[in-house]
Amino acid sequence: MKRLKPTDVVVIGSGWSGLVMAKEVTRRTALQVIVLERGPARNISQYADGMDEINTRRVGLLQNPAHQTITHRHSVKDRAAPIRQYGAFTPGTGTGGTSEHWGGIADRYLPDFFSLSSHLREKFGPSRMSPDWTIQDWGITYDEFENDYWRAEQLMGISGKAGNLRGQLQEGGNIFEGPRQHEYPTPPLTPTYTMGFFHKAATQLGYHPFPLPAANLSQAYTNPDNVSRPGCVFCGYCPTHGCMIGAKAQPTNTIMPVLSSRNNFLLRNNCWVRKIVHRHGKAEGVMYMDESGEETFQPAEVVVLSAWTPNSIRLLLLSDIGEKYDPVTAKGTLGKNLTHQVTSGASGMLVFKERLNLFMGSGAVGYGVADLDGDIKQEMPEKILRGGAFLRGAATGEGPAGSFGRIPKTAAPRSWGAAWKKAAIEHWDRIGPGVEMRGDHFAYRQNFMDLDPTYTDKWGDPLLRMTLDWTDYEMRQMAFGARVATQILETIAQVSGATVVKVERPAAFHHYNAAQYSTTHIQGGAIMGASPEQSVVNPWLQHWQMPNLFVVGSSSFPQNSSANPTLTIVAVSHRAADGLIDRYLKKPGPLA
Amino acid sequence: MRRREFILVPARALSGLVLSSLLGEFVPAVAKDTVKIPLRFFTAAEAKIVQAACERIFPSDENGPGATEAGVVIYIDRQLAGPYGRDKYRYTKGPWMESVPEHGYQGKENPQQIYRAGIGLLGSDFARVPGEQQDLRLEKIQGTHFFLLMRAHTIEGMFCDPLHGGNIGMIGWKMIGFPGPRMSYRYEIDKYHGKAFSPTPKSLEQILRHPVKAVEDEEA
Repeated sequence: MKRLKPTDVVVIGSGWSGLVMAKEVTRRTALQVIVLERGPARNISQYADGMDEINTRRVGLLQNPAHQTITHRHSVKDRAAPIRQYGAFTPGTGTGGTSEHWGGIADRYLPDFFSLSSHLREKFGPSRMSPDWTIQDWGITYDEFENDYWRAEQLMGISGKAGNLRGQLQEGGNIFEGPRQHEYPTPPLTPTYTMGFFHKAATQLGYHPFPLPAANLSQAYTNPDNVSRPGCVFCGYCPTHGCMIGAKAQPTNTIMPVLSSRNNFLLRNNCWVRKIVHRHGKAEGVMYMDESGEETFQPAEVVVLSAWTPNSIRLLLLSDIGEKYDPVTAKGTLGKNLTHQVTSGASGMLVFKERLNLFMGSGAVGYGVADLDGDIKQEMPEKILRGGAFLRGAATGEGPAGSFGRIPKTAAPRSWGAAWKKAAIEHWDRIGPGVEMRGDHFAYRQNFMDLDPTYTDKWGDPLLRMTLDWTDYEMRQMAFGARVATQILETIAQVSGATVVKVERPAAFHHYNAAQYSTTHIQGGAIMGASPEQSVVNPWLQHWQMPNLFVVGSSSFPQNSSANPTLTIVAVSHRAADGLIDRYLKKPGPLA
Repeated sequence: MRRREFILVPARALSGLVLSSLLGEFVPAVAKDTVKIPLRFFTAAEAKIVQAACERIFPSDENGPGATEAGVVIYIDRQLAGPYGRDKYRYTKGPWMESVPEHGYQGKENPQQIYRAGIGLLGSDFARVPGEQQDLRLEKIQGTHFFLLMRAHTIEGMFCDPLHGGNIGMIGWKMIGFPGPRMSYRYEIDKYHGKAFSPTPKSLEQILRHPVKAVEDEEA
């Protein structure tokens, strides 16, 4: 094994978390930071070459499942199968990680979400809580966290409209959001054609639609690090693509320009970390395979683990750090509280007469409706404690290789041949954007991550195994989402002149479906909390048992929110950086 | 090295530019209105069968061109010959087993093998029998993994960027009025409300003015 010169800080993974940590440490200290990234370097000219549907459909910017995937089973009674090609989630690789091909929706979590467990217990009483829920408080409050949100919003230049400015409700913004101290750095994106109908419909239903906060800039912006980026031009290549002009905030265009000029920073691409090496409760560095496949040891004083959530958990398991969670005894913490955002949508298809130009778009353009998010004010027929966020009314950019052939079932006798072709041509670019719901996913005793006993990656290391299924509660959340979203969809039809064609939900809806895309928002496994008995990391994202190891990212979120995670990941990374720099480095040892 | 095999494609939609990108190092042998395209994976006989099947899925008719004119079989041939066809983007370690539908395709066969077996189901005379009989045979297999894959590939081959071998001359894009990739819709986004923006399409290489590497051409 090759042994390298020791460094001060080694960071595993170059997504938002890893690079925010690297940026803050190299700015505020003289320490040497080395970031190890499994995938290749990325650049803007590559992203222009990527304005193509086929290259992105094959593997594009994603982690290649041929090298490593995840196995899944619905319960401990089942045998897990490897997810052989991506379905439910699409993690990225290369500099910037998944944050290069994300959509850009950058909403904050609701204030009560940070103390969800005590909040729900207090509000609804213990009788309404499922005994299987393992939801927890974060150990920090929204108020303590608000400034970290603001730092994240400034870093990325989020475009949006405040709805609650220091307690004053702002018309046109999300009036249900937590109070914010500052207006968004840039105004909302230009609304697209179909968004007008969504806005009108939602307003007619008594809701308060607001422009989705977007990391896709509405106008040129220079952030506090003096990094300038242009406004979005609606090219329509956002999700699954990297931005070819840098309008969508990505680690490569937001943080790398600052880091690349610092001489205490080093990024090593094509380095696959296999183990965190440790002794007597202290991390000593990491073992990885370098570009040539040589086993390499990088000693370090501090290790920051910030891979995609399942990969971070897998690395902790492979490195034997912490106590593995046991779902039978509910003992142990590593791997517990695995969650995946609950999504649902309208059971219908909007058919317009006119062409919509849905190939124009931006990853986060659209409206949100938060009237039914968080605790539901009135009792719902679905008997759920919290509702969900409704969104869209706009397309993110649809190419014909992916969208051609989307027609109402009744429009052609079968899905091929002359009649189908005719119907598909007539319907292309005329199927309106749907209405989606995103809901919280509560943590359950039975949903967790561990190592698979059978399947291995390309080096022979065990794959991560997810044990995860929906319960009746999530079914009711989805039914609620479908009901409300369908109502919005039908109202859009009324105000736009489009027709609604009913679409039946597939049967797989009743179980967690690893084969069909929902979101890449998998969370938990190394959750944060106020005590080492209940969590893996403390509220500074420092490992309870290993003070010189920080596990940063959505692996630390005790449960999954209706809001998308990226902004909170960036915010929590700033907090972890403060913990490391302002506290740990001054007095190495446990911070809590 | 395997014997050179070719497929004939109608030349009507082809321009000189398209020809050079399709033929690579090969000299075009233009016989009247058809062009010989070298194959990478299929034999000539297999290509004819797939071409005939794709033409039934996406026929040329009064509503516009079909799979044969768009070069769908060339697209599929290249996809199958490349890393995707050899399952370089799929987890292929065993043990192999059946699982629930929520785990997606768990079969051992890669796309190359799926096509080879599927072509067998269609019959060696498939390209020569009348269209109605071809449809009957396709109907029998329309629930199979092979058929669903071929149907998806047909749509991709109709509407992909021409750099992948399909959508020859942007014939598919012209049919539906898709402009192709564009660097910006900044000035169109709030002007084309309720009316189509359908300029003459341009391909990715045309707008970037440099060659773009197709993923199927890569060694992986």
